[in-house]
Amino acid sequence: MAKEQLAYDEFMKGLWRENPVFVQVLGLCPLLAVTNSAINGLAMGLASFFVLLGSSILVSLFKSYIPKQVRISCFIIIIATFVTVVDYTLAAALPVIHKELGAFIPLIVANCLILGRMEAFASRNTLRMSVADAFGMGAGFLFALVSLGAVREILGVGEIFGFALFGANFEPWVIMILPPGGFITLGVMLLYFNWLEEKKNKIDKQLATEDGVN
Amino acid sequence: MSEDKVEQAAVVADEPSPARLIGTLAIAGLVSGIIIIAIYLATFETIKENKARELREAVFRVLPNVSKMQKLLLKEGKLEVSYKEEKGEEPIYAGYDDNNKFMGYAIPSDGPGFADTISVLYGYRPSDRKVIGMWILASRETPGLGDKIYKDAAFVANFDDLAIEPPIVATKKGKSKPNEIDAITGATISSVAVAKIINKGNDYWVSRLPEPGAEPAYVEVETPPEAEDAQAQ
Repeated sequence: MAKEQLAYDEFMKGLWRENPVFVQVLGLCPLLAVTNSAINGLAMGLASFFVLLGSSILVSLFKSYIPKQVRISCFIIIIATFVTVVDYTLAAALPVIHKELGAFIPLIVANCLILGRMEAFASRNTLRMSVADAFGMGAGFLFALVSLGAVREILGVGEIFGFALFGANFEPWVIMILPPGGFITLGVMLLYFNWLEEKKNKIDKQLATEDGVN
Repeated sequence: MSEDKVEQAAVVADEPSPARLIGTLAIAGLVSGIIIIAIYLATFETIKENKARELREAVFRVLPNVSKMQKLLLKEGKLEVSYKEEKGEEPIYAGYDDNNKFMGYAIPSDGPGFADTISVLYGYRPSDRKVIGMWILASRETPGLGDKIYKDAAFVANFDDLAIEPPIVATKKGKSKPNEIDAITGATISSVAVAKIINKGNDYWVSRLPEPGAEPAYVEVETPPEAEDAQAQ
């Protein structure tokens, strides 16, 4: 029971409390580059999710066999292998999406979020916890990509996942699917998450003082 | 010198041997290599088919009423039918209707756009020297602006019936001549680039094409091209 609770905690940590994008502000290069539509965000998120999960499992399984002097090289080899698998699989199964994401699939190798989780978590924790962590962080990254992509697509094209939302009179805010739109949307979202954090801290403080009084 | 030795000894005592380090990396590399080659081989055929299908669809799109196509290569100044893949080849494609009647050429051409190279495939009908269709094979133009060169149906329709002499011109004032296209507002550079790319293709190909009426005939192949490819290899 306690173990389940811990794994669930690791998952929620990645998805929300320590969201890789909105709280840790990691992996912004693919985030800003591919989120001009929700479907691209979804595809990129799923690809990163798969790479993160696969690499976490392998790193966690083999952590005691990998000498620490060569650990970074080994992590990169493992990550690069999964990225290549994703790259070829996407090209074969979903050529349209693969074309749209272009160079950003191979660049998952250099996503600091993934290498960071290997170094900070998977190489020091049990398989079970590493899987929970990868699920959480992967889902958190996916969530960030899809929400950013959805906001930008809705405002910038007037569609969501390719379905038109507004009438023909809607004038799309083209800026939203251009790079500045990515920065603006991300900035607003970071602001929101920081505001949430501040509010939570205030409540915690209040509770603490009330406890003290009682 | 002696200090170095002491330090080294201390390191060696509780550190893995160099052989172990190299061994770990070698095994990781080997396993990774096997997996990568396996997935490459497993997806190779599908990826090739995807590309071939994409090209067929593009050819049928730029040549209306076409149901068959074959690849042509320029050999010693003569267009010849080809099924093989050759290194550095510069193919064009001939389209035929259901009765094997020649309908036009689909000509690939590329050149610099606003962001990166734009690859264009366009349909050319030699009998009246007209461009009869245009499709963007690959581009990295700005989403929302430059990508209208293939997302904006009105712009693509510019190329459905377009004279090639004098060379194609993109204009912002509204087209009035048979060789003019309407440039997209906010994507003038991309629009001009497409016109230039087609002009470049015409400069090279039009003089090298056979006289109208002397186009290579459609050749029915008994073995599918894929099988012949495999034999050739």
